Amino acid sequence: MSSSLSAPPSPRSAPPAAAAQPAYPLLGVLPFMLFALMFLLLPTAYLMLGAFQDADGHFTLANLRGLLEANVLEAYWISIKISATSALGGGLLGFVLAWAAVMGKLPAWIRPTLMTFSGVASNFAGVPLAFAFLSTLGRMGLVTVLLRTYFDINLYATGFSILSFVGLAITYLYFQIPLMVLIVTPALEGLKKEWREACDCLGGTAYHYWRYVALPVLWPSMVGAMLLLFANAFGAVATAYALTGSSLNIVPILLYAQIRGDVLHNPNLGYAMALGMIVMTGLANAGYILLRSKSERSRA
Amino acid sequence: MKQPSRLGAWIAMVVGASYFLIPLLATFEFSLRMRRGEYSLDAYRVVFADPQFQATFGYSIVMALVTIVMGVLLVVPTAYWVHLRMPKLRPVVEFITLLPLVIPAIVIVFGYLRMYNSSSFIPLTGSERATDFLLMCSYVTLSLPYMYRSVDTGLRTIDIRTLTEAAEVLGASTPTILLKVIFPNIASAILSGAFLTFAVVIGEFTMASLLDRPAFGPYLQLIGANRAYEPSALAVIAFLLTWASMGLIQVFSRNTTSRKSS
Repeated sequence: MSSSLSAPPSPRSAPPAAAAQPAYPLLGVLPFMLFALMFLLLPTAYLMLGAFQDADGHFTLANLRGLLEANVLEAYWISIKISATSALGGGLLGFVLAWAAVMGKLPAWIRPTLMTFSGVASNFAGVPLAFAFLSTLGRMGLVTVLLRTYFDINLYATGFSILSFVGLAITYLYFQIPLMVLIVTPALEGLKKEWREACDCLGGTAYHYWRYVALPVLWPSMVGAMLLLFANAFGAVATAYALTGSSLNIVPILLYAQIRGDVLHNPNLGYAMALGMIVMTGLANAGYILLRSKSERSRA
Repeated sequence: MKQPSRLGAWIAMVVGASYFLIPLLATFEFSLRMRRGEYSLDAYRVVFADPQFQATFGYSIVMALVTIVMGVLLVVPTAYWVHLRMPKLRPVVEFITLLPLVIPAIVIVFGYLRMYNSSSFIPLTGSERATDFLLMCSYVTLSLPYMYRSVDTGLRTIDIRTLTEAAEVLGASTPTILLKVIFPNIASAILSGAFLTFAVVIGEFTMASLLDRPAFGPYLQLIGANRAYEPSALAVIAFLLTWASMGLIQVFSRNTTSRKSS
């Protein structure tokens, strides 16, 4: 320390920090890159390669063909349906909530409360969420019991079950709606008041405003956000597993069973399933990024 | 024109609020039902007295703390370095930190099990300690998006170039700068990343279950499959923990903004 202070440089001659140590700039990111390689990139790449190999390591497309087996294909189909349902439902309901908070002329405390709550609820996934909905809409759940006692409606006689497709979709909405609120609120806040006023001045109605002004501006962010919700639901394991055990044949649960006990009797088919998952979530995310940059461009 | 819009907004809010609050109420109500005919806290008593609960909960807390320390040590120097010296690498690093949101956790852990099994180069699943290490790395990976974004936002609000130059003129080395200049200046950003990490790790199921470690998430699942009232008590506890983490983030970020504005 003293040695570098012995010749105090005048402020003007002090070298800029960036030029001070040009020798090892890459070294600084090395630990991070190494970590990412070891615990994120290589394990994923290993599975993706494995999807194209047979048990002896030779190249093959048989595993991908294996994805077309009845139960695997069905798992993908149910997963897609459930993710799409919860993404569409969560997207629309989340949008309505965000709209109400931003444009509904509600008391000022509502918006920050909604945002904070959304931050919490979008993280309240996993096993506890499944418990919460079992206590609400399960056979002995509060809502089920109340409906039976006071309104004489027997939910479970209508064929409803929290352990089913519909039940899982309703449960997923609990983290999908808040996520939508978090993503779409900034987009709604970006709508300028002047646009509405201009529309009103020209004699436009609320319909005209939404149809010709707001939605054309908003749709990329809305669709993009829904794609993100889709990916979010597609990869979720814990909630579905805790709620339905292995009774619902969706991709993450089938893959979970495959990892635990090779239920497909072909390890490489497991790799192919993992590859399929990455392709689905990857495409959804790519769509999200494309649409987001589109909406940013159109606003700039 | 104004009236219907406000009415619609109220309806949306009330319906939304009921959808979000009723399950919480129901969970709490259900957790009180253990004693027949009256409300009691028996389920909580049973849960807290369960040695399995104590062991798994303790394990997950330690795991979360270790993950936070490791994550901070990995992310802060990297983000600092990228901001200061390698701005070109920024999109790359940002992209990598977002990947855990794209690649499902179950795929990542599947990759670990294949790459680090006991007959591989690095048999990290060979012993319990090594598997703990692997689980911690998996949690650091899972929390990368949250941690990196918090730290990155924190670094944007301070003038790291000037701070670094000032510290270098005084003869500080890079580790000293990081520890004594950068860390304190973005403490609230680090803390919010830490609390998010805590919320993600504490009840995590997929990784812990497939790596076969005695964490809180798999314990929750086990109790859920075998008991009636304890799961709701556990869900209430888990929700309170998540809520507390998020609340603390709000408190810390508010404190810094008020300090800065004053």
